[in-house]
Amino acid sequence: MSAVSTASRFKENAHAALIDARLQGALSFSRNFTVRRSAAAERLPEFEALRDSARAIKDHTLAHLDLYLEAYERKVRESGGEVHYAQDADEARRIVVGLCRSFGAKSVAKGKSMVAEEIGLNEALEAAGIEPVETDLGEYAIQLRGERPSHIIAPAIHLTKRDIESDFRRAHRDLPPDRDLSEPEKLLAEARAVLRAKFLAADVGITGANFLVAETGTSIIVTNEGNGDLTQILPRAHIVVASIEKIVPTLEDAAQLLRVLSRSATGQDMSVYTTFSTGPRRADDPDGPGAYHVVVIDNGRSAMLGGAFEDMLRCIRCGACMNHCPVYQALGGHAYGWVYPGPMGAVLTPSLIGVKEGGQLPNASTFCGRCEEVCPVRIPLPKMMRHWREREFERHLSPAPFRYGLGFWAFFATRPALYRFSTGLAARALHLMGRSKGRLSWLPLATGWTRWRDLAAPERTTFQSRWRAKSGATR
Amino acid sequence: MGEDMNDSAHRRGAGRKSEPRVGLFVTCLVDVIRPTVGFAAVKLLEDAGCRVVVPSQTCCGQPAYNAGDRLSAKALARQAIGAFEGCDYVVVPSGSCGGMLARHYPALFADEPEEAVKAERFAEKTHELTSFLVDVLGVTKVDARFSGTVAYHDSCAGLRELGVKAQPRRLLQSVDGLSLVELKEAETCCGFGGLFAVKYGEISNAIVSRKAEDIKNARADTVLAGDMGCLMNMVGKLQREGSPVRARHVAEVLAGMAEGPSIGESQKEPAR
Repeated sequence: MSAVSTASRFKENAHAALIDARLQGALSFSRNFTVRRSAAAERLPEFEALRDSARAIKDHTLAHLDLYLEAYERKVRESGGEVHYAQDADEARRIVVGLCRSFGAKSVAKGKSMVAEEIGLNEALEAAGIEPVETDLGEYAIQLRGERPSHIIAPAIHLTKRDIESDFRRAHRDLPPDRDLSEPEKLLAEARAVLRAKFLAADVGITGANFLVAETGTSIIVTNEGNGDLTQILPRAHIVVASIEKIVPTLEDAAQLLRVLSRSATGQDMSVYTTFSTGPRRADDPDGPGAYHVVVIDNGRSAMLGGAFEDMLRCIRCGACMNHCPVYQALGGHAYGWVYPGPMGAVLTPSLIGVKEGGQLPNASTFCGRCEEVCPVRIPLPKMMRHWREREFERHLSPAPFRYGLGFWAFFATRPALYRFSTGLAARALHLMGRSKGRLSWLPLATGWTRWRDLAAPERTTFQSRWRAKSGATR
Repeated sequence: MGEDMNDSAHRRGAGRKSEPRVGLFVTCLVDVIRPTVGFAAVKLLEDAGCRVVVPSQTCCGQPAYNAGDRLSAKALARQAIGAFEGCDYVVVPSGSCGGMLARHYPALFADEPEEAVKAERFAEKTHELTSFLVDVLGVTKVDARFSGTVAYHDSCAGLRELGVKAQPRRLLQSVDGLSLVELKEAETCCGFGGLFAVKYGEISNAIVSRKAEDIKNARADTVLAGDMGCLMNMVGKLQREGSPVRARHVAEVLAGMAEGPSIGESQKEPAR
């Protein structure tokens, strides 16, 4: 089983997020990303062309994924590493825990990885008596709180400096109470001091991968803190966990994708660290792990190939869609209830854990289209969310009153004469109801609207009836 | 269709052959809530030399399409395509409905080649009102007066599906007495999203609250947009908060028909 989901309680989650004043204060930061991304895109004249080639690279790879996976596996072997395939989350966890045990691991340093969240890796390691230590600053902070990332690249974006300070004071027992932790740099220094010892004690380092390069058997991670480098270099063994769609054919392809990745994500031209790992330490290497394993995880993705949701597998996990999403901006990521939030999560979650559990997410969108506008690989996210709504409608999974209401409306809308007659009546009635002010502050069946906003009342008669009366009179 | 095709040129006693025959797709919200916008669109089109007809119509089908009900959406699409067969152009005072007609109808029939051809042809002749005036007819100014400071909100579908951005601003700049200010986040969604506003009212409210803040900060006395849905959402929030900012469809201002009550106001209410 994958990570636990509360996606089916999206509405309740959203309500909780909206009344959480602390969270709402923290979320205002996420809006900085949009400004930075557009500045980065403007600085690079060929940015739009790069997006096209990024899409083409991913499409080509997905069309020949089996071949590239095999080529990748061969190259990893040649460089002295091993590739393991996991069909689902259970198998992936078993393989990783098994590997850790084979290295006699008591503690594991982890770089940031969303697929590790997806398969519930930390819980599995803990159950096996192995301590997982998150080394990304944000991931470390939320691990102390027992929370999940609320954003795929900024996992602790739902927290403020002050939240993190109080977590550090609670968890770091020998921290003097008079130590100043008011600035981000000071929090970073504190985390660094604690984590340095953990890095040195870790038996195994686990990272995700932004790309797996078939040409060379290389895994690539991008980070801004350098924690990923220590995670994969210091411990005795390095385990990479990555899903199948992370494959790209060549280093040149990876370089092209890197050019759109950070610009779309944080607005950086390049992330601070871009780290390439190929196999274990060689005889003449100054450092590196003694063993190198890659666990390539399917967990529902191969079923998306060739279907309506294949385009989603182009996703390079930049987070631009959520940064620009008005719903994500209002709620943060936890309300989405599983691993992946925002528009990409709204498409991916039902694909990976089923539309019954994740079906609310693709409905909770205004279809404003900004996600598609900024997606570096041009995934038609609104179209795919609509696909999910269609599936739900076909399978009668959408709420019954909603379906009946829609059917009732469609009955009238497909009968123009009846429609004109009934809308004429409705216009008159609503006009009368709102006559004193020109608007209504309450309307049954539309309380989802009127609870929060006034509703403009009609001008009295419909356009079509007035037009007909007018043109009839002059004929 | 004859009896439904009451045309305006007939009323004006005009009827030159060179006049493009423009079918006005009035949209259900304009039809039911704010007919003034429809008449404003007619005036703008006639002033630009068009012959305007209003075929019998209901809804473009977007609510069904976005709710996952493809069958109802297709039925309504066929109905609209048929109704406007005799028109050179279809013009819509809405980016959202315009996007449905011009972008989503072809997608809707992608699996039915014969219908897809019709949908494509229909899509090609369909335009949002302000972009039709500027891009197709080459209108650069309008003959209208409006005293006040306005902010223009870019409706999402108009902006992203149809490229409506400069056209309404260009025309607004020619309105006598009008001063145009920009919202800080003009391109951010207002939170309407059709049925979303009712189904996820609380989230929609959070989004429109932010939009209302942006509007108030811009110090405009009127907010304009090209879509009734967004306008009703924004002004509904502003009114609930007790803000005096008014809302009008951009066509009302461009046509010089902004004398009457603004959206959600009554005749009796004294001008603020």
